[in-house]
Amino acid sequence: MNIRNITDKFFHYFFLVSGVSAIGILFAIFVMLAMNGLQTFTDVSISQFFLSTRWNPSAFGEPSYGILSLVVSSIMVTLGAMVIAVPLGIGTAAYLSEIAPPFLRETLKPVVEILAGIPSVVVGFFGIVFLGPLIADVFNLTSGLNALNGSILLAIMALPTIVSVSEDAIRSVPKDFKEASYALGVNRWLTLVKITLPAASSGIVAAVMLGIGRAIGETMTVLMATGNALQMPGSFFDSVRTMTANIAIELGEVPFGTTHYFGLFAVGLVLFFMSLAVNLTAEHFTKKYRRYRT
Amino acid sequence: MITSPKVETKNLNLYYTENQVLHDVNITIAEKKVTALIGPSGCGKSTLLRCFNRLNELIVGTRIEGEILLDGKNIYQNGMDVVDIRRRVGLIFQKPNPFPKSIYDNIAFGLKIGGMKNKSRISEIAEKSLIDTGLWEEVKDRLHTSALDLSGGQQQRLCIARALAIEPEVILMDEPTSALDPAATFKIEELVTQLKNSYTIIIVTHNMQQAGRVSDFTGFLYLGKLIEFGNTNILFTRPKEKLTENYISGRFG
Ligand SMILES: Nc1ncnc2c1ncn2[C@@H]1O[C@H](COP(=O)(O)OP(=O)(O)OP(=O)(O)O)[C@@H](O)[C@H]1O
Ligand SMILES: [Mg+2]
Repeated sequence: MNIRNITDKFFHYFFLVSGVSAIGILFAIFVMLAMNGLQTFTDVSISQFFLSTRWNPSAFGEPSYGILSLVVSSIMVTLGAMVIAVPLGIGTAAYLSEIAPPFLRETLKPVVEILAGIPSVVVGFFGIVFLGPLIADVFNLTSGLNALNGSILLAIMALPTIVSVSEDAIRSVPKDFKEASYALGVNRWLTLVKITLPAASSGIVAAVMLGIGRAIGETMTVLMATGNALQMPGSFFDSVRTMTANIAIELGEVPFGTTHYFGLFAVGLVLFFMSLAVNLTAEHFTKKYRRYRT
Repeated sequence: MITSPKVETKNLNLYYTENQVLHDVNITIAEKKVTALIGPSGCGKSTLLRCFNRLNELIVGTRIEGEILLDGKNIYQNGMDVVDIRRRVGLIFQKPNPFPKSIYDNIAFGLKIGGMKNKSRISEIAEKSLIDTGLWEEVKDRLHTSALDLSGGQQQRLCIARALAIEPEVILMDEPTSALDPAATFKIEELVTQLKNSYTIIIVTHNMQQAGRVSDFTGFLYLGKLIEFGNTNILFTRPKEKLTENYISGRFG
């Protein structure tokens, strides 16, 4: 066997082992999550778990394990973030790809992408010291740590993904379509809205889904900025506690092997399936968009 | 020779940044006739064609000198509405480029953008332009399916129908059959011959036979200059210029 054969073999197995172990580790995490999480249901009925709004595992005598308000809080904060980030993100992407002069695009896009690297704890900190007081001030509230605060911060965090992926999608729309539209006497604005954006729509949906995935799993920022009150939120001015924040807050103190302990895993399991659904949707649309590009 | 000019260029020069692509082009396009533009690859045929509906100005760094008169009015003059010009001068591209929309929407799009709201009127026009392009029988049962599922030849005729729907006066065609097979090419050529009853047509082609079959006048471009222009029959049988003769006899390409 010569040297080249040996290196070939070595790299073959090296990549095989690393690939298999990465998948193995992920799978192991999932199994652990499921095994622990599912034990919750020896004590708690499935309907109580999903339909009750009361999460109070340490209540004396009558603990309750309803995750509805946690789920609603997570969804609410995420949707709020999307209401802000989607129009802003698509607008920015359209501006960068279609309107901005090349040099501006070349500088702005990396800047936007760098935003993705800001540690979430820093964003949360910004929420506490700056955005919170501002919200309290503007809306005349006693505290600005609420769902709105969380939504704005998550919007900021999801924005880079949405802008970057949508910009790619918009820019890869064949110029034939745009030229055909211009040749029909359609102006730049209508061409963008009626031709280019629809042609990029699967890529844009994928971008939004990735943004949602980023927002729904985010923990530190919402933990710091939303006040974490255990209650069914009534409006964006209420303090909320998301699924992620709840796990982070309680897991450190919960006695091992109790229903409460398993319950937190069950919350994690639900969260896992929610992110999975979002990511699969994103994947579906990304594939469609790749197919369309070729 | 040409009594009723529809379009005229006067000392037209065009530059892509520093690179001059058209040199002092003077050409007259007769109304309701077919004018062919021929010449070797890269000589500026597409560039000249796209000047006629101001599509070149989308390319950053394009500069134009001289005039292009449409019905005697300079389309490059300040204050001319480019939207209006492009609706009067339609363009068919080399590669069929229907929108990724339904067949019907491809045609309705230009009409709706132009402000037409009446649905039944839009359907009427869509039907008429599909009939005019010979596509109606082939697609009438699938008007609301994607235009991208049509064959190449059908797509190109749809693009022509899309252009016809907004009732242009001039139709520019940039090698409209180069991506098509002989049968589809034949259909398009037939169509061109019919369309000249109502439209002024300028067609770029690499195919000498095609130029001979469909056009009334032919212009030969070489390195951005209009070398020779004249009646198609005469230009192909008795060219005045040596260059033209060499080109049409296939001695360079
Ligand atoms: N967007 C552009 N930027 C810079 N130069 C260009 C651009 N488009 C075309 N050119 C140049 O202009 C010249 C004429 O190009 P044009 O496309 O008009 O040629 P053509 O006669 O249509 O050729 P073909 O028969 O291959 O289509 C070429 O030298 C080409 O390199
Ligand atoms: Mg060309």
